[in-house]
Amino acid sequence: MSTSTPLAAEPVKLTKSALTAERPTWCPGCGDYSVLAAYYKILEKRQLPHEKIVTLAGIGCSSRFPYFVNSHGAHYIHGRSIPLATGVSLARPDLNVFVFGGDGDGFSIGGNHLEHGARKNVNLTYVIMDNSVYGMTKKQTSPTSPVGFKTKTDPTGSMDRPVNAVKKLLSAGATFIARAHASQINHMTQMIERAMDHEGFSVVHVLSDCSEFFPDAYTSANPRKGGEYKIIEEKLWDQTPEDELRHDFTDETAAYRLADHPFPGLFGVFYQVERATKNDLEDMWIDSVRTKMAHCSDLEILQQTFDRMK
Amino acid sequence: MNTPQTTSSSPVPTPVAGRADLRPQHIHDAVIRLAGNSQDGIQSVGGFLARLAGRSAQDVMTYMTIPSTISGGPSIFQVRIGSGEVLSAGDEADFLVAFHQHSYDTHIRALKEGGVLLYDSDNVQPNLDDKRFVYVGVQITSLTIEALGGTAKDKGKNIFVLGLLAAIFNFDAEKLKTLIRERFGKKDASLADTALIAFQAGYSYPVDNLLADRYHFEKVHKEGARAQITMDGNQAIAFGLIAAGVRYGAAYPITPWTSVMEILRAELPKYGGLFVQTEDELAAVSMALGFSYSGNLAVTGSSGPGISLKTEAIGWATMAEIPLLVVNVQRGGPSTGLPTNVEQSDLYQAIYSGHGDSPRVVLAAASVEDCFYVVLEAARIARKYSTPVFILSDSSLSTRIEAFDEPDLKNLVQISKPDLTPRPEGFKPYPLDKITQHAPPGTPMLDGKYPVLTGLEHDETGHPTGNPALHMKMTAKRREKLQKLAAELPLPEIHGDPEGDTLLVGWGSTFGPIREAVNRLRKAGSSVSAIHLRHVHPLPDGLDAIFARFRRVIVVELNDSGLYGFGQLATVLRARYCDPKIQSLTKTDGLSFLVREIVDGVSK
Ligand SMILES: Cc1ncc(C[n+]2csc(CCOP(=O)(O)OP(=O)(O)O)c2C)c(N)n1
Ligand code: SF4
Ligand SMILES: [Mg+2]
Repeated sequence: MSTSTPLAAEPVKLTKSALTAERPTWCPGCGDYSVLAAYYKILEKRQLPHEKIVTLAGIGCSSRFPYFVNSHGAHYIHGRSIPLATGVSLARPDLNVFVFGGDGDGFSIGGNHLEHGARKNVNLTYVIMDNSVYGMTKKQTSPTSPVGFKTKTDPTGSMDRPVNAVKKLLSAGATFIARAHASQINHMTQMIERAMDHEGFSVVHVLSDCSEFFPDAYTSANPRKGGEYKIIEEKLWDQTPEDELRHDFTDETAAYRLADHPFPGLFGVFYQVERATKNDLEDMWIDSVRTKMAHCSDLEILQQTFDRMK
Repeated sequence: MNTPQTTSSSPVPTPVAGRADLRPQHIHDAVIRLAGNSQDGIQSVGGFLARLAGRSAQDVMTYMTIPSTISGGPSIFQVRIGSGEVLSAGDEADFLVAFHQHSYDTHIRALKEGGVLLYDSDNVQPNLDDKRFVYVGVQITSLTIEALGGTAKDKGKNIFVLGLLAAIFNFDAEKLKTLIRERFGKKDASLADTALIAFQAGYSYPVDNLLADRYHFEKVHKEGARAQITMDGNQAIAFGLIAAGVRYGAAYPITPWTSVMEILRAELPKYGGLFVQTEDELAAVSMALGFSYSGNLAVTGSSGPGISLKTEAIGWATMAEIPLLVVNVQRGGPSTGLPTNVEQSDLYQAIYSGHGDSPRVVLAAASVEDCFYVVLEAARIARKYSTPVFILSDSSLSTRIEAFDEPDLKNLVQISKPDLTPRPEGFKPYPLDKITQHAPPGTPMLDGKYPVLTGLEHDETGHPTGNPALHMKMTAKRREKLQKLAAELPLPEIHGDPEGDTLLVGWGSTFGPIREAVNRLRKAGSSVSAIHLRHVHPLPDGLDAIFARFRRVIVVELNDSGLYGFGQLATVLRARYCDPKIQSLTKTDGLSFLVREIVDGVSK
């Protein structure tokens, strides 16, 4: 077995066609196509080594994402993609770990994992494709469904208060939190790219319409349909009076306040801070322990331990 | 005490401080039960004795129960020391140390007729009219306080008792003092000094006045004997994993699994590895799968309730064909069940839990020593067959300390790194004509086609499909690799004659008691043999040929006889061989089999 990464035959330019795998099985008009397009665009722009890209997902329409990307990947079980991705990220710092999934996958069945992945600040990028409905299972209520939305499991309209994604992520401790709408492909691409550049648990909450079961969920955020796409203005630190009103994305309280903006909410970066990642903290611990071991071989270390048990 | 020469064990006539004149001086086996409260530190006395025996090349096996209450409450530690092969913790004690009245009241019935009761006469008033035992009363509490001075109170009476026992059994006091220094000196030298004073006070106590004999363990000289290692079953699992080259894992705490993860959390960084405590068991198995997927065979583990939670993800590992080690340190079930008792009732869960046709590899550890080796084999199988492998242990093995021959680490330790060599054109993650071996992320794919591993049914490239023919082929692929494994598994060794009347079949921690029962039955003239299954699923090919040579086959296991009258392994064997002579001997009292219970069960 090899220990180092051998070179591929020759470095080939990563093109959209090299990244394209099978044809997406999404319905025509599904917002998820745009997210896929943005992902291709970023990978193509950034020219990451092809074999170092890992695309992971749980279960749902959105979670079929890895099949449509020609990269190492895994299509895991419903709601558990974050701990799976955590394992990959912690063991393999050489890889770029991307996770995709839906609102049910991320906020409902996987809600606890989202919480703890964020708290631990695991180094990965997570794109939550929120359509406010369960698409895959054909129109049941999701944790982000608005009150009153009629589904097959709430025929008279959803009655439970929807999750506020940004507030949930803030309280959990995510260190990069942004929002975008899939119809605003340039802005969304910027957000995902910034998430990718962030060291730590970076999340982009992307509103991605389900053309089949909730087609006009986010019309109010789509300028082409008469809505308004309100982008957060970030502080430029230019000492101008206008700057006073702009958002300091390191200010958690301010981020909470922005997160309270009425539906469909604001778009852009709500929050970004540097905090030691789980990856760094574990590495530091490993390094300090390894130093004490004076670079003994595995056999020697185990033998020493056994000698103490004699 | 089992003695080479036969001695009568008629009631001791002397009342107070009865003289143990009947006891032989040279013994080769002794069962000592320490009974007190959990804060009395009897666990550590037991631990010292176990380690001493290990360092003296005596075989040792200890038995421990801890109350399920967090602190306080009655607790016992039973240590059996032998110069020969020690197979079980012993049905009855030769020697009972009672710290409190309740210790005496509860455990006097565990003392053998003719056995010695050593009691703290400050706290215990035994019924001296009961002439079956030898009574040795020592003011353990006040003598300890006297020796240590007022501030220490009676803390240290456990070490005082250790000194007493050392005197009575002629243990090597110098070795014990070294152990005490090693144990306490690390934190604080004055702690070690205090402990040594308590030890010396006990050791120099004039027990001769109360007990005629001091005992000697017969020396055994093993030719070319390896040094002895002393550890409990959970340590053996943890260090077995390290020896197997497992460097990553994740879990959530639960009794009696927890100490495995505690050890790995502290140890793996030394090897550049990592063990993560997760938010729950679903995350634990998922993270372990993330580690495995990344090219590093990983471990997760738990006990019954936690294993139940991991089930869906383990099914994914079967379908996606990812190697993974799943340790279940079994306790009593169902539900929260009996958290600190022993049961072998998770065998069905290990073999069958999860939806769909999902063939499983299940191995079971027979002893503390075997915990170490079973893990090595599990890792080999997981890697070779790219599949999840269950390792079953149980609460009796997890807390039991045994001394065993030091493993030959030089020849056992495995180093394993992700194999990132570029894969040639035409690489398929799920080839129908080969056993899957994945290309972990980071591996360049020379034909430019990158694999996506999946829990959906798939074709050879991993492309999802509902094609009926492919589902049939892929189901067969996942099954056939385990059939291949079954064909290469060794048959278990037969203990006793290769043919005869009765064959006992066991798995897991019942190994020792079954073997001792067979020895006892054979000595009494019965035609009884035994086999012990390490490979519980798949079963090795050819067991039927062994069964054919016996009139009846009795499967001995710690679980319920079920709706149809058979325990869990018995049911599996009956389904496999359709052989009506396969019978069942089970029990569900939450305790390990006593040798007597097996002897009686077989003799019925
Ligand atoms: C354990 C488990 N429970 C339920 C399901 C069924 N299921 C599949 S996808 C899904 C909901 C997906 O919704 P979401 O995550 O919002 O993804 P979308 O399809 O809307 O993109 C459900 C309930 C499952 N696959 N696994
Ligand atoms: S059902 Fe909705 S979410 Fe699923 S593919 Fe169709 S449009 Fe997209
Ligand atoms: Mg959804």
